[in-house]
Amino acid sequence: MPLTDADKKHVKSIWSKASGKAEELGAQALGRMLDAFPNTKTYFSHYSDLSVESGQVHVHGKKIFDALTDAVNHINDITGAMSALSTKHAHTLRVDPANFKILSHTILVVLALYFPADFTPEVHLACDKFLAEVSYALAEKYR
Amino acid sequence: MVHWTDEERQAISSTWAEINVEEVGHQALARVLVVYPWTQRYFSTFGNLSNATAIAGNPKVRAHGKRVLDALGDAITHLDNVSATYAKLSQLHSEKLHVDPENFRLLGETLIISLAAQFGAAFTPDIQAAWQKLMAVVTAALSKQYY
Repeated sequence: MPLTDADKKHVKSIWSKASGKAEELGAQALGRMLDAFPNTKTYFSHYSDLSVESGQVHVHGKKIFDALTDAVNHINDITGAMSALSTKHAHTLRVDPANFKILSHTILVVLALYFPADFTPEVHLACDKFLAEVSYALAEKYR
Repeated sequence: MVHWTDEERQAISSTWAEINVEEVGHQALARVLVVYPWTQRYFSTFGNLSNATAIAGNPKVRAHGKRVLDALGDAITHLDNVSATYAKLSQLHSEKLHVDPENFRLLGETLIISLAAQFGAAFTPDIQAAWQKLMAVVTAALSKQYY
């Protein structure tokens, strides 16, 4: 389901607002995932605090959001943009790719929460497709 | 039987008290039809679903959204026995409507997103977690009579 020109426009437009709040949005998305989907905590057993307020969650949430901003800035070559991260997730982190869907969901929740007027059904659709592409690119190097 | 903590019950009922059932039902269903357009396969009698504007303005979508949320209210009233409460509804979806249960998951996720848009920061992580659990329970109950 490739991104249409309209999809790319929608993603870039909402991301222009989101990228400025990378740490807060990233912490929210990551913290909410850990809270609502406890299976995902298994990848963060080395964290002392898994709440949205946690310093560790903030640092890591920002990393995630900054990587997504990178993908938005290279929206015509998401595979290329995600290549190094894919290698990392495949061989070092070994996160089961099924979890990408879960974080994608909480990212959408957070976008809706912070930007309700901008997160129209069409923008929601575009972001859902974008995150699916990012997830796919992230899983490319696994096997 | 599902174990609900007092906090979870409180999170669910306090959010539910603030929801305009018709409005949220409409938002959630309209979003599903836009974001996952293949779901329109179940609504061939609804008339014009050709674009997001048509879907948003479609009175049948609005009416059906309310129906779905009213049914959710039923589950919330019977949190300790959602399975039994939904037995007939599950059978209906399986034997008459032939709805792929994957759609229950999609609607559940979309409803959560609609709630986030409505409530903003008031839709805290803990409240979201309780609602995610509710959506999982509802999905399981609706899927239970499939064979």
